[in-house]
Amino acid sequence: MNLTLRVWRQAGPDAPGRFETYEAKGISEDSSFLEMLDTVNEELVAEGEEPIEFMHDCREGICGTCGLMINGRAHGPELGTATCQLHMRTYSDGDELVIEPFRAAGFPIIKDLVVGRSAFDRIIEAGGYVTVDTGSAPDANLTPVPKETADLAMDAAACIGCGACVAACPNGAAQLFTSAKISQLNVLPQGQPERYQRTLGMVEVMEEHFGSCTNMGECEAACPKGISIDFIAMMNKDYRKATFAGRKAG
Amino acid sequence: MTVLDSRVPDGPLESKWEDHKFDMKLVNPNNKRRFEIIIVGTGLAGASAAATLGELGYKVKVFTYHDSARRAHSIAAQGGINAAKNYHGDGDSVFRLFYDTVKGGDYRSREANVHRLAEVSNSIIDQCVAQGVPFAREYGGLLDNRSFGGAQVSRTFYARGQTGQQLLLGAYQALSRQVKEGNVELITKSEMLELVVVDGKAAGIVVRDLVTGEITRHSAHATVLATGGYANAFFLSTMAMASNVTAAWRAHRKGAFFANPSFTQIHPTAIPSSDEFQSKLTLMSESLRNDGRIWVPEDPDESRHPADIPEEERDYYLERRYPAFGNLAPRDISSRAAKVVVDEGKGVGPLKNGVYLDFADVMERLGHDAVADKYGNLFEMYERITGEDPYEVPMRIYPAPHYTMGGLWVDYHLQTTIPGLFSIGESNFSDHGANRLGASALMQGLADGYFVLPYTIGDYLAPMLGQPKVETSAPEFDQAEQDVQARIEKYLNTNGTRSVDWFHRELGKLLWDYCGMERTKEGLEKALSEIPALRAEFERDVRVLGSAESLNSSLEKVGRVADFFELAELMCKDALVREESCGGHFRAEHQTDDGEAQRDDENFAHVTAWEWTGDPGDPTEHREQLDFEYVTLTQRSYK
Repeated sequence: MNLTLRVWRQAGPDAPGRFETYEAKGISEDSSFLEMLDTVNEELVAEGEEPIEFMHDCREGICGTCGLMINGRAHGPELGTATCQLHMRTYSDGDELVIEPFRAAGFPIIKDLVVGRSAFDRIIEAGGYVTVDTGSAPDANLTPVPKETADLAMDAAACIGCGACVAACPNGAAQLFTSAKISQLNVLPQGQPERYQRTLGMVEVMEEHFGSCTNMGECEAACPKGISIDFIAMMNKDYRKATFAGRKAG
Repeated sequence: MTVLDSRVPDGPLESKWEDHKFDMKLVNPNNKRRFEIIIVGTGLAGASAAATLGELGYKVKVFTYHDSARRAHSIAAQGGINAAKNYHGDGDSVFRLFYDTVKGGDYRSREANVHRLAEVSNSIIDQCVAQGVPFAREYGGLLDNRSFGGAQVSRTFYARGQTGQQLLLGAYQALSRQVKEGNVELITKSEMLELVVVDGKAAGIVVRDLVTGEITRHSAHATVLATGGYANAFFLSTMAMASNVTAAWRAHRKGAFFANPSFTQIHPTAIPSSDEFQSKLTLMSESLRNDGRIWVPEDPDESRHPADIPEEERDYYLERRYPAFGNLAPRDISSRAAKVVVDEGKGVGPLKNGVYLDFADVMERLGHDAVADKYGNLFEMYERITGEDPYEVPMRIYPAPHYTMGGLWVDYHLQTTIPGLFSIGESNFSDHGANRLGASALMQGLADGYFVLPYTIGDYLAPMLGQPKVETSAPEFDQAEQDVQARIEKYLNTNGTRSVDWFHRELGKLLWDYCGMERTKEGLEKALSEIPALRAEFERDVRVLGSAESLNSSLEKVGRVADFFELAELMCKDALVREESCGGHFRAEHQTDDGEAQRDDENFAHVTAWEWTGDPGDPTEHREQLDFEYVTLTQRSYK
């Protein structure tokens, strides 16, 4: 199939950006979206033009590196599908695709379709862990964890940290990402000692980098792993408890 | 040939590690912060080592080319992690895990290392659970296990189909805590391009910032490479796109021996490539072979829909050749059998490059819902990639490279042949012999990072107390930086006609054809003559556009592919001199009458470790003899 691409090109973080139009010709419908971009890049190199930079690595939907806005939707039109798992059979011959980077104040553009997402790491550093030095752990079966709890923690832990939630949010908010990690640890017995401190720390750093949540729900729709916005409610509940406990202590 | 000193401690196997931990020198807690350690890579091995060394109080700098430490390819491991917990009382033990791993590796690994791996496996599970890794649990709240990879016990812990992801996030979170506390400095989007050796010891590394292009120098008292495997030498593999051999190869060129480079693992159940633009292969879980039947049409010119091909015109070749194990024959055997039928022209799919994995029988036996319950997410994933519904049409599968057992040679301390340079996880050669068992890669990465290196590195550092690290103004650093700059400028100025990917794809085809599932003397010699010719063309005709001063993925790739070219030659050379078949290394000349791998324990029970001589075509061979005191060597049979 042949497609027309309108691709965001930007030479660097401070350079002005613009849309360029490229023709993607002879694309197999079995190609993945990123292989389609590989093909366009091969053509560009052959013509002596710099290839389009885009984010990708594992190409099997788990590393969370890839992410594009395709016709205005984070990761494109397929539900529960990261950009690298999107295949060209989704599209038809002659389609025009507008391809942009994830846009959010918290994700500065580095080049073309590549953005910086290190703010997510700052949020994790603010408490997204259990304090347990190597070698100090008791036997793994010492503390039973109800299956429902373990499954709930796993539902939250499935987040791949791609940032589609932020890109899809009209406010550029990172509540879905942050709440997924907070909830994973806060529902488990191992996460209890630091539960409220973790919640306060991570929410505070989140708010330094990202916008505010107004319950639009776009994040859940864009999430390639189907992370539920229920976790945002859980986070808010823990945050209220934490601030209340903080006031009492103060 | 020099004799390599593995530094395996004396004493009975069961107590070597415990005794050795007491014998090794310690660094006083207050002195640890006076030692600086560089770690390259943030996969399971690198992240766990960085976190642990940070907790101990060392000053750690850790580098990754990813934008976050959470993205390394350990994340893609699906199945699980082995440990000898014996929670199910089914007869597992440290000794059994040790024994299975040595046997699974076709008796080409070091007994003492593997036993230590089995010993620390239980602590890994304890550590991960304490970190909040959401392993699967039973209704009583205790940890669930499953059996895996032909083991006769249930010892595999798992977190849905995302075990690698959850273990990596656990290590990443522990690392993040150390970053926050200031013990570890994490440097992302930065790639190691040179190792610096001063007075015969590792002194540090030269790194390129992938965003700004800035080249920087970093020195430390010790350097640790945790940089993964090299299966991307084949171009098409199940590895992530950026996975590469450069860090290990740069170390090899500076004196670190490279061991068993031909020991690569080909996984039997990947989705075959759909066209020449395919960039990578995706694995389908091996568990599918429990219920799927593998077959090809008898007639190479078959054009009917698979459901319309009558039973008598199908060749269920695994069931035919291996009646006892059938579709569950081990990875290497299943892979080779698929190659045989595809080479005969019986392959299926538009490119005739796959075999059917058919679920019709199990659908009839158990019904749609039961199959969906068991394999639903895998079927969905398959359909997303191929556009075909496996409930209706048999899956098409074909083997793909996905792990490399070979790597930098390390001794019992995980130190390479360069003092002060350590290698952990998949980047070393140590524990899997000629074939890795399922669910053992995660175990090894975390064993090295959490529980082995933190002890052994102290033994290296302790005598250096009071010695400053090498200054980055040393002439060796000048030279290394100049070399890096020169390589970058050379490729930017080559102005050839073909892209980096074109050359990488061509190299991959050569390796896959001649150093893949089946190797012959003739084929390897052909590859050894063609690879240098292709490399010469690459050096002359590659086209890299753009500049070195901003993000430039072609420039990143060209250096990696250049190193793959040199490695490819070594892989073929290694495969050529190993005149036997073992594990993932199958030499057609060395097979039993039944077509199975024929080991030669008398002449090849050794590790081959290669020394760089300056000429990629003429490395020096060294050997480490493997002695088996506790394991009895037997020939595998799966009939």
